[in-house]
Amino acid sequence: MSDSKITPAAAPSGEADVLHIARLARLAIDPAHSRQVAAQFARILEEFKTLTTLDVEGVEPMTRPTDSTDVLRDDRERPSLTVEDALANAPARVENFFSVPKTIGGEA
Amino acid sequence: MSRALPIQDACAQAAAFRRGESSAEQNVRDAFDRIDALDGSLNAFAVLERERALALAAAIDRDRANGIAAGALAGVPVALKANMCWEGVEAHCGSRILAGYRPPYTATFVRRLLDAGAIPLGMTNMDEFAMGSSGENSAFGIARNPWDKSRTPGGSSSGSAAAVASGMVALALGSDTGGSVRQPAAFCGIAGFKPTYGRVSRYGLIAFGSSLDQVSPFARSVRDIELAMHVISGVDSFDSTTAQLPPLEADPSDADLKGLRIGLPREYFPNGLSDSVRAVLEAAKQKLAALGAELVEVSLPHTPYAIPTYYVVATAEASSNLARYDGIRYGKRVEGDGTLQGMFAATRAAGFGAEVQRRILLGTYVLSSGYYDAWYNRALRVRRLLRQDFDLAFEKVDLIVGPTTPTPAFRIGEKTSDPVAMYLSDVMTAPTSLAGLPGISIPCGFVEESGASLPLGMQIIGPALGDTRVLRAARVFEAATDHHARRPDLKPLEHARA
Repeated sequence: MSDSKITPAAAPSGEADVLHIARLARLAIDPAHSRQVAAQFARILEEFKTLTTLDVEGVEPMTRPTDSTDVLRDDRERPSLTVEDALANAPARVENFFSVPKTIGGEA
Repeated sequence: MSRALPIQDACAQAAAFRRGESSAEQNVRDAFDRIDALDGSLNAFAVLERERALALAAAIDRDRANGIAAGALAGVPVALKANMCWEGVEAHCGSRILAGYRPPYTATFVRRLLDAGAIPLGMTNMDEFAMGSSGENSAFGIARNPWDKSRTPGGSSSGSAAAVASGMVALALGSDTGGSVRQPAAFCGIAGFKPTYGRVSRYGLIAFGSSLDQVSPFARSVRDIELAMHVISGVDSFDSTTAQLPPLEADPSDADLKGLRIGLPREYFPNGLSDSVRAVLEAAKQKLAALGAELVEVSLPHTPYAIPTYYVVATAEASSNLARYDGIRYGKRVEGDGTLQGMFAATRAAGFGAEVQRRILLGTYVLSSGYYDAWYNRALRVRRLLRQDFDLAFEKVDLIVGPTTPTPAFRIGEKTSDPVAMYLSDVMTAPTSLAGLPGISIPCGFVEESGASLPLGMQIIGPALGDTRVLRAARVFEAATDHHARRPDLKPLEHARA
C-alpha cells in the first residue's frame, strides 16, 4: 500500500482544498482566512518538498524512537476518578452526564 | 529584595535545608518576593499558587521538625510549565481553549517532585500547546528574555526558562518536543536537558507530539539537572513508553574529558553562522580539547531534511492529539449552529490560536487520504535515516557537540510573520528529538548585539540512554568555564505587581 515513489505534487492549491481539510479537522474557517492559510500552506509545503528528493525505497518508517511494544501493567483494581471529578471541567452537564447538542436528525 | 539575587542552585538550597540553615517557608516567601519584583516585566509565570505552596512548605518544615528524613529536593521552590498536570491547579497550556482547566490528577513527574520535597510555585507561560519557538504564541501574554526584554526567551518553554534565568527559581520543568527546552535554555544562558525519549514518564504531560515529547529540566547548574533527573526519571506503569530502567544516577567523575571522542558535525557549523557566533564556538571547542577530549569531524548528512520531517511528524501527531478538544469534557465550548459538528468546529476555531490551527490543518492534511504516503509515511522513513546518521556517527564518537541554535535570542516580533523562518530556528535541536536522543544545552559564551550581551548555548548530544555521559561532560565543561555564572542585570520593578 505504501509507495515511496508517490510525490506530493498535489499540494492544497487553494481555498477549496483548505476548506476540505478544515472540515476534516473540525475547524470552522471563514473564506478570507482560508485564502491566507492556502498561501501559508504553499510556502510551507514548498520548503517541505525537499523530502521528495530523497530515495527512501526500502527504508522502514520510524513511528517512534523506542522498540518496546505491548508493555502492560498488572491488571489490578484501583481507585479511579469519581463522577464528580470527571465532570468537574465539563462546560455543560446534565445530572451525571456530559451534555452535547442533539445528534439525531442533524448532520452525522 | 535583599534576599532576591543571586540565588543558590537547587543542590545548595536542599543542602542548606537539610542542615537546618533555612526553612521551606522562608525559601518559598523569598521566591515569591523575587517573582513579585521581576515578573511584571518578564511574564514568566502564568499561574501562581501562593497558598498551596506555603501550605506545602509548612508541611515540609513540620516533617523536618518531627525528625522525618528530608527528600532530595526538600524545601526547594520549583516551577512547572502550564502543560503539566498538578491536581486542581490550572493547566491552560497557553491556550484559550483550556483556560480554567484544572486537571483531576497529578502527573507522575510532578508526584515525584512533591515526594522529594520540592515545592511548585505555579505554572509558567508557554507557546500554546508547546507549538512555537519564541513564547509569542501564548494566549496569556509574551514572556520576555531577562538578558534583553525586547527579545524572546525562546520557546515553547518560554516562562520556565525566563523564571530560571532571572533567578526567580533555581529549577523549573519544561517539555521538549523539537527543542522547546534546549533552545530557550540557549537563549537565556542556562542549562536545559532533554533526556532520551522514554527516560521520564509523560503521564500527566498534556500531549503535543507523543513520539517526541519529553519532560525536561532547566537549571543554572548541571548538577541541579542531574538531581532533578534523578528525582523525575524512571519506569512508570502509567506510560508504556518509559524505559524499563531505574532513576538516573549521576557519574561523579569530574576531573576532565580524557578518553572521550567528541564528534563535531559539519552540518552544525554552516557557513551562515556569524563571525561572533563562530568565535564563541571556536573557543568552546578549544576548551573541550584542553579538557582532554579528542575532537573529530563527523557528518550527519540528512540534517537538511530534519525540519520538514519534524514539522510533518509533529503536526500529524498534534492534529490527532488535539482532536480531544471538542467542547464536551473540558475546556471552552462555543455552541455554533446548534449541531454537534457545528459546536466542534466553532469551539475549536474560537479556542485555538493561529499557529495551533495552522499545525492542526497541516497535520490533518499530511494524514489525509491521498497524501498520507506522500507526506507522513515518507517523513517517517526520513526520520529513520536521521536516526541512522546518529547511529553511524556514534560508532566513531562518544558524544556530539554543536551550537544549540545558529543565533542568539531574536527580537520579539522578528519572526512572527513568517512561520517557516520560525520553524528553522529548531534546525539543530529537531534532529535529536526525531531520533529520541538525549541532548543538553549549556552556556558556552556571549555575543554582543545592538548593545546587549546575549548568551549562546552549546548542545551536547549522546546516544540513546547515554544521558549520564552527556550530563557528566556538560558538568566538566561547566566547571572549567564561567559562562553559567553570569547573570542578567535585572532592575526590579518599583511597584511589585499585586
